[in-house]
Amino acid sequence: MSQLIPPFDAHAVLVAPWTENVSLFGWIAAMGFCVASACGLVGNYLMLRRMALMGDAVSHSILPGLVVAFLVSGSRGTVPMFIGALSAGAITTVLIETIHKRTRVKQDAAIGIAFSTLFAIGVILTVTYAGQVDLDAECVLYGEIAFVPLEPMVRLGSLVLGPEPFFRMASVLLGVAVLVAAFYKELLVSSFDPGLAKSLGINPSIMHYGLMAALSVVVVSAFESVGAILVIAMLILPGATASLLTTRLPLVHGLSLVHAALSSWLGIALGVWLDCSLAAAMVVAGAGLFALAWIFSPREGLIARWRSHHEKLTPHSSQGIVSRDEVERSSLRST
Amino acid sequence: MTRIWRILGPVLFLLLIPSALRAAGVRDLVETNWLEQIGRFFTFRDVAVRYVLAGSILLGLSCGLLGSFIVVRKMALVGDTLSHAVLPGVALGFLWNMTKDPLTILIGATIAGLVGTSLVSAITQTTRLKEDTALGLVLASFFAAGICLITMIQRLPTGNKSGLDKFLFGQAAALGADDVTLMAIVAVVAVGSVIAFYKELLATSFDPGFARASGLPADWIHHGLMLVLTASLVVALQAVGVVLVSAMLITPAAAAYLLTDRLHRLVVLAAFFGVLAGVAGAFLSFVGPSLPTGPLMVVGASTVFAAAFLFGPRHGVLARWWRQRSGMARTQRENTLKSMFHVIETNGFRAEGVTLTELALRRRETMEDVQRLGKKLARHGLATVTSDVLYFTPAGRQRASEIVRNHRLWELYLTNSANIAADHVHEDAEKIEHILGESVVRELERKLGYATVDPHGKSIPTPRAIHGDAGLVDETKGRRK
Repeated sequence: MSQLIPPFDAHAVLVAPWTENVSLFGWIAAMGFCVASACGLVGNYLMLRRMALMGDAVSHSILPGLVVAFLVSGSRGTVPMFIGALSAGAITTVLIETIHKRTRVKQDAAIGIAFSTLFAIGVILTVTYAGQVDLDAECVLYGEIAFVPLEPMVRLGSLVLGPEPFFRMASVLLGVAVLVAAFYKELLVSSFDPGLAKSLGINPSIMHYGLMAALSVVVVSAFESVGAILVIAMLILPGATASLLTTRLPLVHGLSLVHAALSSWLGIALGVWLDCSLAAAMVVAGAGLFALAWIFSPREGLIARWRSHHEKLTPHSSQGIVSRDEVERSSLRST
Repeated sequence: MTRIWRILGPVLFLLLIPSALRAAGVRDLVETNWLEQIGRFFTFRDVAVRYVLAGSILLGLSCGLLGSFIVVRKMALVGDTLSHAVLPGVALGFLWNMTKDPLTILIGATIAGLVGTSLVSAITQTTRLKEDTALGLVLASFFAAGICLITMIQRLPTGNKSGLDKFLFGQAAALGADDVTLMAIVAVVAVGSVIAFYKELLATSFDPGFARASGLPADWIHHGLMLVLTASLVVALQAVGVVLVSAMLITPAAAAYLLTDRLHRLVVLAAFFGVLAGVAGAFLSFVGPSLPTGPLMVVGASTVFAAAFLFGPRHGVLARWWRQRSGMARTQRENTLKSMFHVIETNGFRAEGVTLTELALRRRETMEDVQRLGKKLARHGLATVTSDVLYFTPAGRQRASEIVRNHRLWELYLTNSANIAADHVHEDAEKIEHILGESVVRELERKLGYATVDPHGKSIPTPRAIHGDAGLVDETKGRRK
């Protein structure tokens, strides 16, 4: 047990990654931030639309798409990978819809059946063609973000743009940010009020499939570094933490970026200290941040709830007069 | 009581198979070619094969059994979250005394799973976050914590050989006597509690309100189900792996759900499909030892589901397509018969036959089309065809009069009882004439006072005219409900 948790060395954990080893950990931190924030931006909308588990489904089921793309193109190029991921994402969506609409099986079971089947096929293909596919079965689950700095660098003249996966992820983040900014109003309206969106002439199914396409692209670029399951945390945790702290969508976006940066930094510290998988450590750090927000959030944290509940019970509190805040809170609770 | 035995019988039978397989035998697995491997698998000579087979039967049985309640309670994704959330518990159970002792792992993983599911309900109850968000959040965070622990354990000098990575995708070949014993105990507990609380589970699954009103402790039943479920997931981990074990819950039960409407049949079928998928996966991974067992079992289960989806007798795609097609063909035949009847009626019932030209004029179709329709009628024994004249057979005449009667009765009913204008009722009658059953027709006749004339002044064929010279014939009796 004592071997398991190494002694805490403040220099090695907090200083060294940013001074001596910055050429290594700098890229890892940047990659972690890009993954978490791109996923977070897309994930915010998934959460609003109650499609958080579509992220689960798509992240699992792009695996066979990736493997087939590898096998067909024989390379790890960006274009075949994106094509593979997009078609796998489309197949998942269609499979879920088919099972859900044409049988009596409910949607949750349909999601479970579709993604587990595709993921199982993907794992079998990965293991069978292990020699030809540059993936191993465990990397599929939790990725290897520590290998990012070892990838070939992308250069523009004399300017070093970064390792290839980082460069790809950063471009995807930029693309997602631009799309969110450009279609901000449409996404907002169609997420909160599909009826109003329709009457304003926004096609809901275009928004839906656009979001699914963005999801597939984000997940596939994050796949190598964080794997199929941890990416679900990257999709959900930033937005879930942010929405405990605020109800304004722009602030939720901003706070998700802060969450992404913090979890990347804390995750590296945790991972270096405990000497474990860095991607998993980032998620654990992010989950820790969520737990903090859940407990201490000024509006709906556990402490705030406990105190308002306590005040209600004390006799000299405003009996019979219910504050507007309280009405709001109890109605929130009941939904 | 008899219903309980109907569940108990097949399930007990399935439980008995692995106990027979566990009989001792001492020989180790050696590398041989795959044909020989198949032979060895089916002759159960090796003790390892017996363990693998017994284990996969037991896990398929308990997962399928409990999965049917998960599916009917719409908790499929709770199962998914649960299965991922047990991972840190597996690692902690291993750390307890640094061995892969099945019992400590079972305890650790069960605790982790229960903590995970209670966190999900705590999050949904105390925050604005929706259930799907909470499920995904707990799933991935717990999994990450588990991965952290496992990568830490693998760094230890003793940890490298821990075999904990086998818990991710499963390796049925690693099953030992202890594992199988534990699986058997959990399976017996699962089967026993399903039988003992069958009525309670039935009521709380389909009508929670009724269950509460009749004094059943719905919350306790829910928690009990979660406990047994977690235990069966955990013992299945060694063989299927954390990532895909939820599929063994959902897929066999969903396949069974396509085939039956009764819960007791659903439970038995799901357990059977689970066993089938488990054995198929174990067999394939035995033949190709480098392949992980979990994905193969899942593909087996998905194949069963796909078969049920395509070939299910009632809800299957093929059956539905066939029903639709044969229904359309029957409607077309009946419409041809009706046109023949109309032609004969316009001729004042003087001739028995209808020339193809008359029929083509009446239906506004080409001669080729009408000839094809005539052939179809002849094939079903409803008409005989000579070179250019169609004659009713007795069965055909009877069916034609029935269709016309249905049509006109319905028109009369709509104008008289529903006060719809006489020129608006034709379209509706055109559809319903093919569907009206014998008892509804009797009812309509009675209600309309055995009327003989429809709103357009045409006479309604009477029962005597219909059954006058022909008895009841298959076409009318078998196809109509």
